Amino acid sequence: MMPVALAHLVAVGDPLFSGGAGDTLATLAIVVLKAVVTFVVLLVGVLFMVWFERKVISDMQNRIGPNRAGPFGILQTLADGIKLFFKEDLLPDRADRRVFKLAPYLSLVPAFLAFAIVPVGGTITIAHHKTFLQLADPPIGILFLLAMSSVAVYGVMLAGWASGSKYPLLGSVRASAQMVSYEAAMGLSVATIVLLAGSLSTHDIVTAQSGGVTNLFILKAGLIPFFIFMIAATAELNRPPFDLVEAEQELVGGFHTEYSSIRFALFFLAEFMNTITMSAVVVTLFLGGPSGPGFHFLTWLWPILWFVAKLFVFLFTYVWLRATLPRLRYDQLMDLGWKVLIPASLGWLLIMAAIQLELWYAGVGLVLGLLAWAMLARAMRVGRERSASTFARGGVTP
Amino acid sequence: MSFFKGFKVTAEQIGHVVTVQYPEHKRPKPERFHGRHVLNRYEDGMEKCIGCELCAGVCPARCIYVRGADNPEDAPVSPGERYGFVYEINYLRCIHCDLCVEACPTEAITESKLFEFSFTNRQDAIYTKSELVVADDGNPQQLPWEDWNETSRQDTSSWMRATSPSGSAAFEGTTQWSGELGYGVRPPEPPQVVARPKPLDSEAPAADPEGGDGH
Repeated sequence: MMPVALAHLVAVGDPLFSGGAGDTLATLAIVVLKAVVTFVVLLVGVLFMVWFERKVISDMQNRIGPNRAGPFGILQTLADGIKLFFKEDLLPDRADRRVFKLAPYLSLVPAFLAFAIVPVGGTITIAHHKTFLQLADPPIGILFLLAMSSVAVYGVMLAGWASGSKYPLLGSVRASAQMVSYEAAMGLSVATIVLLAGSLSTHDIVTAQSGGVTNLFILKAGLIPFFIFMIAATAELNRPPFDLVEAEQELVGGFHTEYSSIRFALFFLAEFMNTITMSAVVVTLFLGGPSGPGFHFLTWLWPILWFVAKLFVFLFTYVWLRATLPRLRYDQLMDLGWKVLIPASLGWLLIMAAIQLELWYAGVGLVLGLLAWAMLARAMRVGRERSASTFARGGVTP
Repeated sequence: MSFFKGFKVTAEQIGHVVTVQYPEHKRPKPERFHGRHVLNRYEDGMEKCIGCELCAGVCPARCIYVRGADNPEDAPVSPGERYGFVYEINYLRCIHCDLCVEACPTEAITESKLFEFSFTNRQDAIYTKSELVVADDGNPQQLPWEDWNETSRQDTSSWMRATSPSGSAAFEGTTQWSGELGYGVRPPEPPQVVARPKPLDSEAPAADPEGGDGH
């Protein structure tokens, strides 16, 4: 199987770069144009998302929400942004100045770069050059997303560390622990998808899902990786119910307590950009991205509409989660990550891998998986009982 | 799956808006709303205040300043021996607890339903007698910085008339207040004459002759 998968990797790629070396200037221009358009679309998307979140959550709380700036308050985010831009930019005395200034960009840049690999539509033709409607289609594809979301941890961590203040520090300690824990489960559920698609390229992952609902990886991978990815992604985003990093009630504002003015705005921009990116990645990995039935007129438009429609469902889900669920306790967060999500995603990955080879392997895998799960559950129970009896004897848990 | 019940609850809230657009749309104010004070007058135009300073004494915020004086023989201001010569309320201190209204022996001071007023300096926040006394039509003066609406303007003593006189339910429906300039003796407020809703605690005696539940 391996050679096939490798050939698959090498064969495809953005048709923009297969035209030869004759027109590098035009190629470069198109790439720059795509980058600018992506950035603008993402910024407008963030403006919309902030407004959408505030509007939906106020609906769910019997309020009206922003309604003064522009029709239905849609320009509220713009007004807030302009206000933040003109606010005084405070720099704490005890802050590590250089790192303090760098941290917001370490948050923002990965958030933007991660979106680059998401295919938002089919193929379009600009000035006789065919190209994918996605900023970049690197062969490492989805690994790039994992790399970027890991770099984003540094933004949060360094922000808290450089603030020279206790609450931001506590917030960033939580952030790094949380993001590192959930990265593993996220990576393992992505691995299941990569296994099915036989490629890391997001474009290939989408292509593999075209042609019918049954081809979508959400069904082919058996729902479990989808739910694990959704939970892990929410934790990666630090969104409720996993917003321990910000936890207003305990940590003032968490890592961004000491930030003000435009640097604070950058953190928020990054947060909402990440929300959009993660929703887009879920759509790409599990719901076939822009694939869906189209019509003969405006053929380039239908994939984009499908993509936006699917994206919208997940954006709404994120807001809905925020409106409904209370924040997890720190130990619950760690329990869920290490004792539930990682074993489940690892076991499921093994079973899926077995199915790819021979069906009866999967049966063996399932039995082994159940056995491992039983042993793990037993080990956890013994651990709980031991610590409980230690407490009962008045001892100290190790 | 009680976990998903919460999602149903939040989703069902969409469309049920409780908030109103305040400056454009104002809710009717409650019957016994505590707003800024007025100094009432009798039907013949005499002031009700007798300058006894009970309101100033009871005020927990110490926002009332009263000085009484003997009525001039030729042109008495109030029917009694003395009248409120100086009457000032500092609205930067007032907490609208209505203890002054309860303390007043002549129903001279009551609270209107007005709360939408603002000042640009501390001196303006002190209302003097010339601003507090009702106008010749019996309604509170409409000062330029105050945002009155007509119905609340005509209803300045309902708090007093909505409670049982002397705190006793046996006096329900009886009129124990004096007439007001422009309105005469006002009827009791609806909550007094309309049948009361059943008490929440069903074991409590429904008909107490002495009205022991005057809490």
